[in-house]
Amino acid sequence: MKKKWWKVLCIVLLIYSILGALLFDAPRLAILNETIRNLHFHVTMWFAMIILLVTSTIYAIKYLRSNRIDHDTLSAEFANAGVLFGILGIVTGAIWANFTWGEPWSGDAKQNSSAIALLIYLAYLVLRNSLEDQQQKARVSAIYNVFAFAALIPLLFILPRMTDSSLHPGNGGNPGFNAYDLDSRLRMVFYPAILGWTLLGVWLVSLRVRIKRIKMALED
Amino acid sequence: MKKHLVTLFLLISLSSFAQNGAYSINPEDYNNTSVEMADVMRSNGKIYVVVAVVMTVFLGLIIYTISVDRKISRLEKEVFSEKG
Repeated sequence: MKKKWWKVLCIVLLIYSILGALLFDAPRLAILNETIRNLHFHVTMWFAMIILLVTSTIYAIKYLRSNRIDHDTLSAEFANAGVLFGILGIVTGAIWANFTWGEPWSGDAKQNSSAIALLIYLAYLVLRNSLEDQQQKARVSAIYNVFAFAALIPLLFILPRMTDSSLHPGNGGNPGFNAYDLDSRLRMVFYPAILGWTLLGVWLVSLRVRIKRIKMALED
Repeated sequence: MKKHLVTLFLLISLSSFAQNGAYSINPEDYNNTSVEMADVMRSNGKIYVVVAVVMTVFLGLIIYTISVDRKISRLEKEVFSEKG
């Protein structure tokens, strides 16, 4: 484990944030009750996903500029990890919604559009597997990646806000969490949790990238 | 049959032993709040039990990840030192 300080940081941040999320004082809010603690788990999944997918797109653009296959490998693995966190985000969201909105999938604008966004990224992974030639696969999927990211941002952050029926905080005229209860005490757990989960994602990416590099070295 | 009889007598003798006073435990002893016991795990609606479970799961996954990381490092050493 070379250069392992950030892996230690990841573990420490995650242990701190899990303990903090479960044990620290939380604001007592109607309907939410103790589920406000999900803020440190559900919402952080999406933050980690966005950071991983941004990185994936950056490497896709880098690949298009350099044609280095290593950039494509990094782009694909960051997308993989991003999709993993996205699926965790949507499943935890459904569990949370079941007990605060009344049903796991109410067809809420936020739920539907994030499901569409995830399907676009799943199509990216299918597209990669369907192409044989390495350079062609890399180029086509890099271009698709840029478009997928261009669709992701409006799907997650713009379209749900334009509806007036969404129950999700920050959408449909509802105040976002930061408007009334993301106070400084919640932030003390929330931000370290985002960093911790993102680092865990990067760690998993690095493992898979290293396996791919070994595979490629063996094939040469 | 003989074995069962011996067990039966043993049980009877045990219960008579318990009833002779010096070693008996009364039901009230379980509600004796004057004696301090290790009750942290039962406080706050037993939330610490949940904390322990979540932490166990999390640490198990992390230890597994670290072991995969080490295995890949060993493979890298093998493959890239052969090549280089």
